[in-house]
Amino acid sequence: MKDKILLAHGSGGKLAHELVEKSFVKALANPLLAKLDDSAVFDFSGRLAFTTDSYVVSPIFFPGGDIGKLAVCGTVNDLAMSGAKPLYLSLSFIIEEGLPQSELEQIVDSVQKAAGEAGVEIITGDTKVVHRGSADKLFINTAGVGIIPEGIDISGDRARPGDKVILSGTIGDHGIAVISQREGMSFSTKLESDCAPLGDLVAEMVNASPNIHCLRDPTRGGLATSLNELAKQSGVSIRIEEEKISVREEVLAACEMLGFDPLHVANEGKLVAIVPDGDADKVLKAMRKNKYGKSAAIIGEVRAEKPGRVVMKTVLGASRIVDMLVGDLLPRIC
Amino acid sequence: MRFISEFRRSELAEGLISQIHRKSRTPARFMEFCGGHTVTIFRYGIRQVLPQTIDMVSGPGCPICVTANADLDKAIALSRIPDIIITTFGDMLKVPGSRSSLQQVKADGAEVHTVYSTMDALKIAEDNPDKSVVFLGIGFETTAPTIAASILQAVEKGIGNYYVLSLHKLCPPVIRALLDSGEVKLDGLICPGHVSAIIGSHPWEFIARDYGIPCVVSGFEPLDILQCVDMLIAQVENGESRVEIAYRRGVRPEGNQQAMRLMEQVFEPSPAQWRGMGEIPDSGLKLREKYQRFDAELAFDIEPGPTSEPVGCICGDILRGVRTPADCRLFGKACIPENPIGPCMVSSEGSCSAYYLYGGSFEG
Repeated sequence: MKDKILLAHGSGGKLAHELVEKSFVKALANPLLAKLDDSAVFDFSGRLAFTTDSYVVSPIFFPGGDIGKLAVCGTVNDLAMSGAKPLYLSLSFIIEEGLPQSELEQIVDSVQKAAGEAGVEIITGDTKVVHRGSADKLFINTAGVGIIPEGIDISGDRARPGDKVILSGTIGDHGIAVISQREGMSFSTKLESDCAPLGDLVAEMVNASPNIHCLRDPTRGGLATSLNELAKQSGVSIRIEEEKISVREEVLAACEMLGFDPLHVANEGKLVAIVPDGDADKVLKAMRKNKYGKSAAIIGEVRAEKPGRVVMKTVLGASRIVDMLVGDLLPRIC
Repeated sequence: MRFISEFRRSELAEGLISQIHRKSRTPARFMEFCGGHTVTIFRYGIRQVLPQTIDMVSGPGCPICVTANADLDKAIALSRIPDIIITTFGDMLKVPGSRSSLQQVKADGAEVHTVYSTMDALKIAEDNPDKSVVFLGIGFETTAPTIAASILQAVEKGIGNYYVLSLHKLCPPVIRALLDSGEVKLDGLICPGHVSAIIGSHPWEFIARDYGIPCVVSGFEPLDILQCVDMLIAQVENGESRVEIAYRRGVRPEGNQQAMRLMEQVFEPSPAQWRGMGEIPDSGLKLREKYQRFDAELAFDIEPGPTSEPVGCICGDILRGVRTPADCRLFGKACIPENPIGPCMVSSEGSCSAYYLYGGSFEG
């Protein structure tokens, strides 16, 4: 029975302590976590960014990552989208009883690796175990804090007419990689999730130009949803060009089969930046030097007319509206 | 070969578009039957790049949209029977029936599962031997063979708790009914690609022969549609009417014989109710006598209650191609994707959804 997580592992008793010390503290080793006080205590000075997100992805392992890597990258990226340098994360597990311990260890291992790459420390955490059926294998919540460098003011309401829209790479990789593994769906693809921490990429961009207006990571709802949010928040319109947006052939093929629009498919290692025209080339150059921004490109621009609207010039030279995703992405019938 | 991006190349599109402009002299109205084509047309703004001579109109080829409210009510009534698990393709969940939707009854506690294939539904039946699992058989000739296969597999595996509510629709009979009604005058038909992959191009011959309307089977990429329109224009300008295939990589004239045999083994033609068009003879599929024990309508006492249509909704007219979403006073106001009143706003292949999401006649 030792190889499965039991309700007792979340009870606060002996098994729980064993799990925390052996599986978590050891793997995620850092002095703040190892103290095991009720809260982590640390000093900081400057402007702080603070965010939280819950991760309920199914399946918990997918090509190119797992829920652990996602839980670190997702929160690190949310901090980075304010221009912050991510520092510390909290990590809470809600585990369905019966989860193999080996799977949990594997996930903690990816948390550690992702945190290492992102340069953040997990300094506080929690574990709960719930009855079978009350959760789907494993849910993770992470919260994070980061420091915003002096002179940086990045927000979704700062897009101005004339600004350029930059996308850091291909879209749709994560969503399609995950759905390809879903029960009853399994189509074979070599595609991997793009799940990655973008803190360094953002630091290099901010270094190249402190004038970046907006940053957003197009996760659920895809690029279309992020651009619509930015257009609405800033009271501007955004015009993008279909030809400038790179989509992998595998993603195009899967989207075609399922009837999805790649603009609505989730990403976990991409960002969209809105930058003053004069700074766009500098930022683009800096992005292309980073491994997560190699195929960055200017995909469009911000305009004043018809605020809140996102329009795309299609490959045929026509124009169409790009709307937010409504509800879930559902495969088509016909 | 890159199977998708090759068919979206802008320089090829540019060439085709100017060829179409050069070729087209005679005003002509073309209908794209299939909802998948409607989506491509709006997603790439194809109407905007065609010459003024060409008028495009959307047809009834969205399986969700054409499902009659009375049939939808049956599915909802079935879901309320204890110990029944409804399995369905996702889009169906949101379609409002006379009084409720599957999404609503699911929230009220009914067991409604979204599946990606009939084999998933069969697996749910195997895993839940104490329940009855009903698959909602919605779709055209594209989905019917897979449902036939699931029934044959249920026979083989001895699965006794699997049922199908057969609401299948056949495409050629509805086109005949549409043309016979005389409501909409067509000069060309863009024949469905996926349906033709199953039934081939021969079943469209009667349209060219009896009605003198040019027919071209198209794929779903923007270049496919442009090529198809170009071929239709060539027929119009030459005064011809034939069936051609602009989708050779997906469709053979004889279709997919194996899939057809499966379908014929399990199903036989029956009258079917179409939203906006009423009952059309031989336009549906029912289970053959040998497989009647899988028929959910015979196995359960279904009491759907009286049927009513949403007030002001013109989905039926839109499906017949006689009106467009822009003619509907609910469109974009009371009826939006977040709160659909008619099925054409629900389905991703519905005309109203495509008009709304991609901007319809929007220029900018």
